[in-house]
Amino acid sequence: MEVIAPLAVGAPLMAAAVIAATGSLLPRLAADLVAVAVAAATCVLCVLLLAQSSGGATVVWFGGWHPQDGVAIGVDFAVDGIGAGLAAFIAALTTAALVFSARFLEAEEAHLHVLILVFAAGMVGFCLSGDLFNMFVFFELASVGAFALAGYKVRERQAVEGSLNFAVTNSIGSFLLLTGIALVYGRTGALNLAQAGQAFAHAPADGLVVVAFALIAAGFLVKAAIVPFHFWLPDAYAVALTPACLLFSGAMSELGLYGLGRVYFTVFSGPLGSHREALEAILIGAGVLTALLGATMALLQDHLKRLLAFATVSYMGIFLIGLGTLGAAGVAATAIYVIGDGCAKAALFACVGIVQHRLGGVTQRRLFARGLRIRRTGALFALGGLLLASLPPSGPFLGKSMLDDSLIAANYGWVVAVVVACSMLTGGAVLLAAARVFGGLGTHPTGDRFSEEEGGEPEVEGSRNRTPAVMAWPAVALAAASIAVGLVPGIDRAATAAADRFVDQPTYAREVMSGQRVAVPSVSAPPLRAIDWPLGVASVLGAVGVAAIALRRSRSTGSLAAVADQLDRPLTAIRALHSGHVGDYVAWLVAGAALLGGLVALAAS
Amino acid sequence: MSFLPYAVAAWLFLVGVWGIVTSRNLIHLVVCLTVVQASTYIVLLGIGYRTDAAAPIFADIPTSTPTVDPVVQALTLTDVVVEATVVALLLALAIQAERRFGTLDPNELGALRG
Repeated sequence: MEVIAPLAVGAPLMAAAVIAATGSLLPRLAADLVAVAVAAATCVLCVLLLAQSSGGATVVWFGGWHPQDGVAIGVDFAVDGIGAGLAAFIAALTTAALVFSARFLEAEEAHLHVLILVFAAGMVGFCLSGDLFNMFVFFELASVGAFALAGYKVRERQAVEGSLNFAVTNSIGSFLLLTGIALVYGRTGALNLAQAGQAFAHAPADGLVVVAFALIAAGFLVKAAIVPFHFWLPDAYAVALTPACLLFSGAMSELGLYGLGRVYFTVFSGPLGSHREALEAILIGAGVLTALLGATMALLQDHLKRLLAFATVSYMGIFLIGLGTLGAAGVAATAIYVIGDGCAKAALFACVGIVQHRLGGVTQRRLFARGLRIRRTGALFALGGLLLASLPPSGPFLGKSMLDDSLIAANYGWVVAVVVACSMLTGGAVLLAAARVFGGLGTHPTGDRFSEEEGGEPEVEGSRNRTPAVMAWPAVALAAASIAVGLVPGIDRAATAAADRFVDQPTYAREVMSGQRVAVPSVSAPPLRAIDWPLGVASVLGAVGVAAIALRRSRSTGSLAAVADQLDRPLTAIRALHSGHVGDYVAWLVAGAALLGGLVALAAS
Repeated sequence: MSFLPYAVAAWLFLVGVWGIVTSRNLIHLVVCLTVVQASTYIVLLGIGYRTDAAAPIFADIPTSTPTVDPVVQALTLTDVVVEATVVALLLALAIQAERRFGTLDPNELGALRG
């Protein structure tokens, strides 16, 4: 059994190496089949790990270097329910992305497969790792793959610029993270999460703890694209190759929050636990700001991938709100929400990939009313919009309802309004684009001074007159999966049980350091509140309403137009902040990190 | 235990970030990024340093000899390798930027806005 966890990381890495070595000899079909088969096998391995996790964490010490006298000499994988579940989700998305990319143009050497597999291996390793420094290395491995995937279309100007912004900002985030890790090691002499957590368990929240936590949190929040660290994300997602977008939007950003949660609960919950309320306020505040900004920006976008990128930013804010409650209920809700919403966003990106192939464009001004001849893609895209608006009884609905309930229980009832508003706005933004592109409704959008250049390079080989099955089916399967997450019986119970364990530092430390597995007790998830169903319906209706109002806005001259004019100036100012200039982004990043450090210091004082 | 390495690290971090923010050339910007990164090396090595301790090679010294911490040195080496990859990628992108935009000045790229 000990071999499963290392194999889940080793298999995609080995496959990537083999494909890279033999790529020029292999026929394309063979590379496709090997890559998809390995990704699917990785997914099976992660599901096995998930099944095992009910009996306690699976801890693997590489080279057999078990801890001695409370000191972790070796490096471990410590796999619990949340980690294994996220890894399985990543592997499933990778499989879908690889199937989707089977008809994508590329050079003969199958570089695309290699990059996607390395990217996935890094992400899976990050989820399974029980060691701070290994988490850093796996994240870097995934990031380098991601930078290359974002800049894959090197002949396009936007791809080069987007990838540069992505790589520079995220590297600085990594440096913050690494400095924080070094400080933890300096104080505790441990890189192992469990051992560092034990050393910190009864420590006071002194200056070093505050600085180390602030640095680690800032590093992870850069990766998670939380305001004001979010600027790189729309630039990177708008230019990346579509199969990469599936993985970026569904899984990569979420890993930043997973990392923050993992490190907080296993290492810092001891010294910072007594300042929990102030910390909650900081995280939830940042989440609210991110959710609102992302949702507003999504509504203003002309470029479809950029629209979805800002929707991703908004959802990262919502997930940070869930994590920010710093309790098991919020973590369980976020876990389900991440999977339901991740599948929906991946399906939406897949639809945009199909649109790009069939219609040769990605901006609404170019595509206006041209989607009439691909109605089925249009229907799927609109369904994706409804899913973002938490259509009952889908996965996003279940996640959102559990999140709302946990917020009410944590005395953050007002934040429910923000969550509902953001699902309305992001869903509405997608529905608005669907109405324009696939329905020809409203007026023809014209470019403004923010209009992006259109990427001119075709991504997919073959005739534009039909959608290849390998592109259509992953899109349908992902949307179906997003709905199915809400219907699986007992998924809320399983998530709650796994989340209980995720936030439990003493048990985690005992399982890792003494090697005794502690079975996860079965719990009953609290039933959804009566208000959740009307809220879900209201979000969907609200999203439709937002889209309808925005469609009318361009025509109307009455009071609506007056309100819109009032809003015009602040919105333009906010959009102008997203300047595409890497220096600006780094300045925001450093200012944000300093602010976060100050706030954490205040919280701990 | 001296504060000097941490002060040097903070200085390197800030001066590197300043360079990135004000850079007018992508190659310069990438080099500034490596300056920021150098701050992480200093922090790591500073944490493992002990005054008057030997190098952690026990071939010709008794195992009870105080040595500097080899773990942070291994971390630094890994860090160097990881970032070498990133820098190579960034320099490749800078070459592509020069081809597509005809300039290396980040102020004149501007294909992505709003």
